Amino acid sequence: MVGILEDKDRIFTNLYGLHDFGLEGAKRRGAWNGVREILSQTPEWICDQVKNSGLRGRGGAGFGTGLKWTFMPKQESERPHYLVVNADESEPGTCKDREILRNDPHLLIEGCLIASYAIRAHACYIYIRGEYVFERERLEAAIRQAYEARLIGKDNVHGWDFDLYVTHGGGAYICGDETALMESLEGKKGQPRLKPPFPAGAGIYGCPTTINNVETIATVGSILRRGAEWFAGFGRPNNTGTKLMAISGHVNRPCVVEETMSIPLRQLLEEHCGGIRGGWGNLKAVIPGGSSVPMITAEMAETALMDFDSLREMRSGLGTAAVIVMDKDADIVKSIARLSYFYKHESCGQCTPCREGTGWMWRVMERMVTGEAEMTEIDMLLDVASQVEGHTICGLGDAAAWPIQGLFRHFRHEVEDRITQYRAGRPHVQGATLVAAE
Amino acid sequence: MSVRRLSPNQPASFAFQPETLEKAKWWIAKFPAGRQQSAVIPILWLIQKQDGWVSEPAIRTVAEMLGMARIRVLEVATFYTMFMLEPVGSVALVQVCGTTPCQLRGSESLMAVCKRKIGAKDHLSADGKFTWQEVECLGACANAPMAAINDYYYEDLTPESFEALLDDFAAGKAPAPGSAAKRQGSAPEGGPLTLSDPALYDGSAAKPLKKIPNAAPKAKAKAEPTA
Repeated sequence: MVGILEDKDRIFTNLYGLHDFGLEGAKRRGAWNGVREILSQTPEWICDQVKNSGLRGRGGAGFGTGLKWTFMPKQESERPHYLVVNADESEPGTCKDREILRNDPHLLIEGCLIASYAIRAHACYIYIRGEYVFERERLEAAIRQAYEARLIGKDNVHGWDFDLYVTHGGGAYICGDETALMESLEGKKGQPRLKPPFPAGAGIYGCPTTINNVETIATVGSILRRGAEWFAGFGRPNNTGTKLMAISGHVNRPCVVEETMSIPLRQLLEEHCGGIRGGWGNLKAVIPGGSSVPMITAEMAETALMDFDSLREMRSGLGTAAVIVMDKDADIVKSIARLSYFYKHESCGQCTPCREGTGWMWRVMERMVTGEAEMTEIDMLLDVASQVEGHTICGLGDAAAWPIQGLFRHFRHEVEDRITQYRAGRPHVQGATLVAAE
Repeated sequence: MSVRRLSPNQPASFAFQPETLEKAKWWIAKFPAGRQQSAVIPILWLIQKQDGWVSEPAIRTVAEMLGMARIRVLEVATFYTMFMLEPVGSVALVQVCGTTPCQLRGSESLMAVCKRKIGAKDHLSADGKFTWQEVECLGACANAPMAAINDYYYEDLTPESFEALLDDFAAGKAPAPGSAAKRQGSAPEGGPLTLSDPALYDGSAAKPLKKIPNAAPKAKAKAEPTA
């Protein structure tokens, strides 16, 4: 067998699009089964079950989903409640929600209905990234089917009035941040809001709102159908469940696969992806959770488990479980410099440390790639990174700093070698600019 | 941030085509009354689909339509990088993903093909048929390297297959999107290693559930009002 998870325990059974994405096919695979019985329970019961399952948000932050739902007001007031699904998947390395949106959209729609009932919302918006045009067409088609079959809508068969709308963004990574997403959904620039007020108090249109990731919502139906204990039985305590993992970069066969949480990283790479290009010994570094988390070295990858706690102990993170693999042929300094460019490009410009810092860090990183820098600039770069980190409204500042910090934590000597080599043979005076020296 | 400005050459006016207008109204109806501003991104996108780019008169029209200040629509059009502020190639807008996961798998060689066949980045080609851009992560990293051509994703490209793809577009063909290496979605090359259990697809999962696990006794569930 490949990996740990057995086929019978997989939630996303049409992950690769081999079967019908539509309502007929989805029902055959078990979607929408038992939803009426689930909705005959109380919203508190649903929140408790989701809490017991240990499901943590799959969008990167890993906040307890059941707990998040209980933050919503217990009584409906004149301000309607909203559920917003974050389908703005833009974190480099992450391509898991796309598979749900295009191949198993009914699991998502079913989850939207259940989650909306749990937070007493009658309307839900799915905010999908603008570039996912095909995925949006698929999702819209699936929603039309659900309306026609009266699974959702006014007076639907489940007895909870519920409208589901799809909207889309315009190609801004920052809109994956929940408050920026709300701004964007309201038709503004996607610049994050300060918290508090938290979305559960005042979200879109000033109304109580819960925002969840696509994968989080799409797993809820299966959890309730099969029981919280079933889901909690995978992975280590506090890191339970199954998770879509996307592996890209220098493996023999990149792929997206559903696996149990806490699967050893090495097993994931060896069994599902055919190993590292050129064998395990050729591995240099792994970014285990999407571009925003610091990299880990090959030695650490040997023992790392794909869960929140194990990777946090290694001063990295699970993030979205998007594994980017770099072998010894990769120019890791250049790879990180490219990520710095990404963050510079995607900074929304609201907070000064991020707007100025991301551009500055990128320009210095570009010189680190060639070695055209002063040794002292390494510490200066790390100093600036630490000043960007934690001093911005949203997490983009942190996300821009962490890859750089991760690089220098493990591979500082490589950058130093480059600087030394660049200088070797060139006459120079300490402090003089290199251009003048040439 | 990226600096984005309106094109110096603007048309005199903008007019919705009937079907675009109809779709725009459909979008506005998705949002609560008085919140029509929420439809600004989808409507600008529709305009781009109609004209190929977003012009200044179009921005004014949208502002009037949604009851927004002009500057607010201008902000949106310049903030979101999917909006083209200058005319693009009549045949294809080629967006090559250049972020790290694609870079590791060779996106630079794809961009070299673009440079050779189309010309400079972000500019119309000499024949006016193509524009190419380097864009940030498009979210298909397991199928890297990839490019989005006229909205659809072409994945697992090599310089050779990419060049053939561009030739097809230039010849007026419409190549099918998807994996150039004939992969099944994001399954590993050579076919899926998982999801092979036939019991998943024989309809047994659709049998009515006898009982929802951990369900509260029915009477109790009904008796308890939603507190």
